[in-house]
Amino acid sequence: MHAETYIVDQPENSIFRVNRATMTSPEILAKEWDTIFSLNWLYVGHESELAQVGEYRRRTVGGRPVFFVRGKDNVARAFHNTCPHRGALICRQDQGVASIFQCFYHAWSFDTEGNLVGLPDEAGYGPNFDRAERALVEVPRLEQYRGFYFVNFDREAVDLRTYLADAKEYLDLVADQSLTGRMKIVKGVQSYSMRANWKLLVENSIDGYHALPTHQTYFNYLQGIGGMAAAAAPTPDGQLAPRGRGGVALGNGHAVVDGRAPWGRPVARWAPSLGEAAKGEIEEIREQLIQKYGREWGLRIAETDRNLFIYPNLIINDIMAITVRTFTPVRPDYMEVTAYELAPEEETGERLHRRLRNFLEFLGPGGLATPDDVEALESCQLGFGSGGVTWNDISRGIHRQALGSDELQMRTFWRQWNAQMTGTPATRWDDGPTAPREPATAGSRQ
Amino acid sequence: MTTLERSDTELSRLLLQRRVEEFLCFEADILDDWKLDEWLALFTDDATYVVPSTDDPSADPGNSLVLIDDDRQRLHWRVERLKSRRAHREYPWSRTRRFITNVRVLSASDDEVVARASFVVYRFRAGHADQFVGRYLHTLIPAGDSFRISARRAELDQERLSPNGAVSMIL
Repeated sequence: MHAETYIVDQPENSIFRVNRATMTSPEILAKEWDTIFSLNWLYVGHESELAQVGEYRRRTVGGRPVFFVRGKDNVARAFHNTCPHRGALICRQDQGVASIFQCFYHAWSFDTEGNLVGLPDEAGYGPNFDRAERALVEVPRLEQYRGFYFVNFDREAVDLRTYLADAKEYLDLVADQSLTGRMKIVKGVQSYSMRANWKLLVENSIDGYHALPTHQTYFNYLQGIGGMAAAAAPTPDGQLAPRGRGGVALGNGHAVVDGRAPWGRPVARWAPSLGEAAKGEIEEIREQLIQKYGREWGLRIAETDRNLFIYPNLIINDIMAITVRTFTPVRPDYMEVTAYELAPEEETGERLHRRLRNFLEFLGPGGLATPDDVEALESCQLGFGSGGVTWNDISRGIHRQALGSDELQMRTFWRQWNAQMTGTPATRWDDGPTAPREPATAGSRQ
Repeated sequence: MTTLERSDTELSRLLLQRRVEEFLCFEADILDDWKLDEWLALFTDDATYVVPSTDDPSADPGNSLVLIDDDRQRLHWRVERLKSRRAHREYPWSRTRRFITNVRVLSASDDEVVARASFVVYRFRAGHADQFVGRYLHTLIPAGDSFRISARRAELDQERLSPNGAVSMIL
C-alpha cells in the first residue's frame, strides 16, 4: 500500500494526523533507506569508546556494517566494513584494540588509518595495481559534537553543528554532567528488538503522555520504596528549581521533553530510591555543579530531566540515568535497538553501581518499565493490521504552549520526516503562529 | 574385574547433586506455574538476581550495564509488578516451559553450595514462540533438606535479545 498523503498538518484547525501506512508499507521503508538513513547524520559512537590508538567498535549504522577506529595518528575514522578487494567484512569483532585489520579471506592487511599495508603475492597483480586505490573506504562524513560521533553517507550534507541546531544546548546539558569534563560510555550493551515500526520508538521515547497509564507499576515501586521526589518542591536550599520548558522543537526535526520527574537523578537530584547513604554525596555533586557552571546552568543539569531526540534515530534520555539509544528498521514491522549508558568519567565503584541500578529500575529490556513500552509498540503495530482506521491522531497540545505530556515533539519529528520523504523542505518544526494559544496549565506533570 | 566401591564421600556427593537437581527442577516448576510468592520466599534477605547483557555473559553488574540487577527489595517489586495485571507484556501471563540440564555442583560447604546448569526457556504469547538459552549460576544456602537462594544469575547465550524484545517474565 502506498500512502498518498503521509501527514495532515493543520495547526489552525487543531489537526495533526499521520497515515498509518507510513508504519506498515514496504515501499515506504525502501524510500526511508534512500532518504532518511542516507542523508542524515546518524549516531555511530562516543569518543570514550575510542580511548586509545587502535581501539575500535564495530557498528551497524543506517542498516550498514561500519567500524569506527582511532588511527595511529590519533584521528577517529569510520570505515565501510568491507574489503576493497572482494567484499568480506574486515572487522569481525564488536570491539577491541588493533594495529592491523587483516581480511581473513585473502589476507589483505590494513593499518588503523585504512592504508593497505600488505597482501600475499603482490607481484601477481599487473603494473597498474596501486595500493592507494585499494585502501579501506571511509564513510563520507564523520563529525563529532561534545564527544558524540555521527556519520553521514551523504558527502554534501550540512556540517554536524548546523544539523544539530538547538539540540546542541541539550547535548551540552548532558556532556556538562562530568565535573572533569569527560563523559564515558559504560561497559555493557543492551541489544534487543521490537516487532514494531522504528518510528513508533521515536514517538514513545519522547512521549510524556503515556508515562503514568503505561508505567503505573514503576510509579508504584517508586512510591513503595520511599516516595517520589516531589516534582515541584523547593530544592534543599529552599529555592525553586527550574521546572523545564515542556515539549520543545529544536529545529531540523530534533525535539526534547524538558521537565522535572519524580525519580532520582545520580547527577544530581536525590530521591529515596537512591538510598539514604547517597543523599549527602548527591547534594554535594549538585553544589559542585553550581560552583562550576553558575546557578542557572548547574541547576538545569542537576534538577531537570530531558528526553532528547536527535533526528532521525538517536535518543539520549537523561532521566533516572542517561541512556543513549539508537534503533534501525529491519522490516516495516520490526526494528533492532541498541542502548548504552553514559556516565561522568569520574564515577566509579559504588557511585557507578548506584547509577547502573537506577538505570535498571526503569530502563532496558529487563527494567520495570521498558518491557511495557515494547508491548505497547508491538500492540500498535498489530492494531494497524486491523485496518478501518487510516490516521493516527498526534494533535495533543497543538492549541497551546506544549507541555511535556503533549505531542509537539512527535509532530516535530513527523514534519521533518514528511519533508524529507516528499522532497519539500520543512518551513517550521513547531506548531507555528497560526495555532490558537492557551497558556500552559500550571503544575502539569510531564 | 573391578568392584564399584561405595565410599561415603562419593555417596554424599551424589546425594548433594541429586538434591540440587531436585531443587532446580522445583524452582522451574513453580516459575512455570507462576507461583511467584512461593518463588520469592526461596530467596534470602540479602539475595541477588542478575541477568547480564548479551554482549558479555561474564559482566559484573557493579561496573557494567546489565539487563537485571535486583536486590531482594527490587525483586519484591518485580514480583508485585508481575502479579498486578499491569505488567502489560505479562498480562495475561505468558506460558513458559523451562528445561534445566547439565547440572553441576561447582563447590560445596556446610554453608553454601554453588551450582551451574544449562537452561532453555520457551515463552509462548501473542502468537509468538520465543526461546531463551543460557546458563544458570545459583548460590544456595542449605536449609533443612532443601535450600534457599542467595544469588541467582542467568547468563544468556544469545548475541542479541532478538526477537524476544524483553525479559518480561522471570528468566
